[in-house]
Amino acid sequence: MENEVKLAAGAMVTLGLATAALVVLPYIQVRDVQAPEGLKPYSSAALRGRAVYIANGCVYCHTQQPRDRGFAPDFERGWGRASVPGDYVYDRPHLLGSMRTGPDLLNIGVRQPSKDWHLGHLYQPRAYVPGSIMPAYPYLFEAKAAAEPGDATLKLPPGYGPPGQVVVARPEALDLVAYLQALNRSYPVLPPAPR
Amino acid sequence: MDSAILSLLGAFLLSIMGLFVFIWSMRKGLLVENPQAASVIFAPGEIGRVDDPALQAPAQAGLQAAAAEPGDAAHAPHPQALAQRIAADRSSAFPVFMFIAFACLWLLLGSVAGLTASLKLHMPDWLTGEAWQTFGRVRTVHLTAVLYGWITNAALGVIVWLLPRLLRTPLAGAMWVMLGGALLNIGIASAIGAIGAGWNDGMEYLEMPWQIGLFVVAGMVCIVGPALYTLARRQVESLYVSVWYHVAALLWITLLFLVAKLPGVHFGVQQATMNWWYGHNVLGLWFTPVSVGAIYYFLPKVIGRPVRSYNLSILGFWTLAFFYGQVGGHHLVGGPVPGWLVTLSIVQSMMMIIPVAAFSINMAGTLRGRMHLARQSPTLRFMMFGGLMYMLSSLQGSFEALRAVNQVTHFTHFTVAHAHLGAYGFVTMVLFGAIYFMLPRVLGWEWPYPRLIALQFWLAATGIGIYFTGLTIGGWLQGTYMLDATRPFMDSVAVTLPWLQWRSAGGALMLASHLVFVGHVLAMALRFGPQRTGAALFSQPAVEFAHGK
Repeated sequence: MENEVKLAAGAMVTLGLATAALVVLPYIQVRDVQAPEGLKPYSSAALRGRAVYIANGCVYCHTQQPRDRGFAPDFERGWGRASVPGDYVYDRPHLLGSMRTGPDLLNIGVRQPSKDWHLGHLYQPRAYVPGSIMPAYPYLFEAKAAAEPGDATLKLPPGYGPPGQVVVARPEALDLVAYLQALNRSYPVLPPAPR
Repeated sequence: MDSAILSLLGAFLLSIMGLFVFIWSMRKGLLVENPQAASVIFAPGEIGRVDDPALQAPAQAGLQAAAAEPGDAAHAPHPQALAQRIAADRSSAFPVFMFIAFACLWLLLGSVAGLTASLKLHMPDWLTGEAWQTFGRVRTVHLTAVLYGWITNAALGVIVWLLPRLLRTPLAGAMWVMLGGALLNIGIASAIGAIGAGWNDGMEYLEMPWQIGLFVVAGMVCIVGPALYTLARRQVESLYVSVWYHVAALLWITLLFLVAKLPGVHFGVQQATMNWWYGHNVLGLWFTPVSVGAIYYFLPKVIGRPVRSYNLSILGFWTLAFFYGQVGGHHLVGGPVPGWLVTLSIVQSMMMIIPVAAFSINMAGTLRGRMHLARQSPTLRFMMFGGLMYMLSSLQGSFEALRAVNQVTHFTHFTVAHAHLGAYGFVTMVLFGAIYFMLPRVLGWEWPYPRLIALQFWLAATGIGIYFTGLTIGGWLQGTYMLDATRPFMDSVAVTLPWLQWRSAGGALMLASHLVFVGHVLAMALRFGPQRTGAALFSQPAVEFAHGK
């Protein structure tokens, strides 16, 4: 091989083919997908919470893509039906994830609707799930001598809070919980049209 | 149309095309061996001469004696060709040293962050007080520091050093290359700071905010320009296979990064396919071709014999270029993406066996009867280890893409183990070997403590061995437990714990090896140890002759 132009051109053609297959065609195929009727855009609190989810890297341990019942027992675990492209119309960026060090979260708002549970679990996961290896997020909270009016105080199981103090959620924690509660793709979707 | 007819038609067209390619390759004489093209890395008369600058003179002589084969010519290498090589080395010394110095810095930071993240997975209440210490951020700092900081800097060092050598011309625009290196590393440092502070774009491998990515793109453009200009000014007729891999890789990564970082184009599911198109191509079209290209140069150069089959290396290059770009969809097996895309990626993942086989057969043929030289040559040891791990990790990756295997391994630590086998066992080990070869020529100084090279090799090899074995077993168990609906999810967490601890043990050995490595580089740069080749920084006389004797 003596020709550098052929080399560069060939390299660009192979990359172009790959880009066409993996980027352009999916873009064309999926960009016009409509949001299913049951899916509402995220509230602004949920969007702020989504930013907290991204900033702290929750995606590295939690997927948001329950799989088909024929493939894996995701439904049996209560993670919801297999997701479809329409479920992600409002997701910028996507948070499909690639690890299940923890469970799938696409329907965590259905499975665990309680705000108190989420706040306490973020403060100390092992107070609610023995054996959990999820990090604790004390920096999303504040320990105070007494709660002030308007504070969201945690109701922790005995022995998990700082003695003699109350733990109060910071706005980031409240936003994050709003996002987790909004994770709900339990509305029905039509199966894809047969081809 | 009926799918059976469609696949029959596809098979027919494919066979016809294959036939035409075969006829074309016969006409071009591609099936006839081409030893001349494989020998362009040697000066006339140099074949049969070993070359490992990581060795001191007596050890080099021992290696030469061990490598002697009947039929070796006795005459000396062509002095003019050697002078050309020395001029090429000198032109690139400053930028190469800059890339290696940055690479060492990020290697240390990245491995400390990696070990911290690993420990956090089995000590979840350790270091939780500050936001920047949380697992999700430390892990991402690790990834950014080792992938963009260590591997990319070291890879650029290898490319910038090899291109002038292989093209027999001084590096054009060294100042531009250094400007590019500065911009790139400003980008990396800012990205690590941003991720620690919680500012990231939220996609794996693409966490760096796109605003910071502009620095990386500008830096890459400043480096690609001089590389292409050097290519245009070459003084050699035939382009050696490493040049192909390296030039193509430079173009690929620049475009990949640019396209992937365009803000505001993608969302939802199609963004996920773009994400994994990039995510796998950064490995397949950047780390892999750089490292394979490095092996194609350093391995034959050390043993003083051209690669067994030059045409096999061409086959390997074009099949890698074609198949590797399309494998990214296998990261979304079972996900909410179009089925054809996943199937395409699985097929191309299996096709990756072809370039890997071409590479492995070629290297095995080149090394046949000469593997014992690895006992004496540190560079060869790293290259052989890296090449073997390339074969293993790529074959593993092909089979991991199959739906039946992926069902178990997807979303588990098994994938993490596989990623480290590729990025560490293969790429990082090759880069270590390349740096051991290059740095004495760059600095005009020998490695001060040769035993540290052996120590570093064994620490790194043992470390990745423990890491990979532990995490592979743990990940597989995790996957089978997750698929078993009768087991609670928490079982799949509990079963991984001992293996996560093994991973930390392996990671600690790897960090120790990096401390040895960086310490050794530092000692060399600061002129520790007995002086041997007697040269001042960046203005050395003909070191090549000293080794060539």
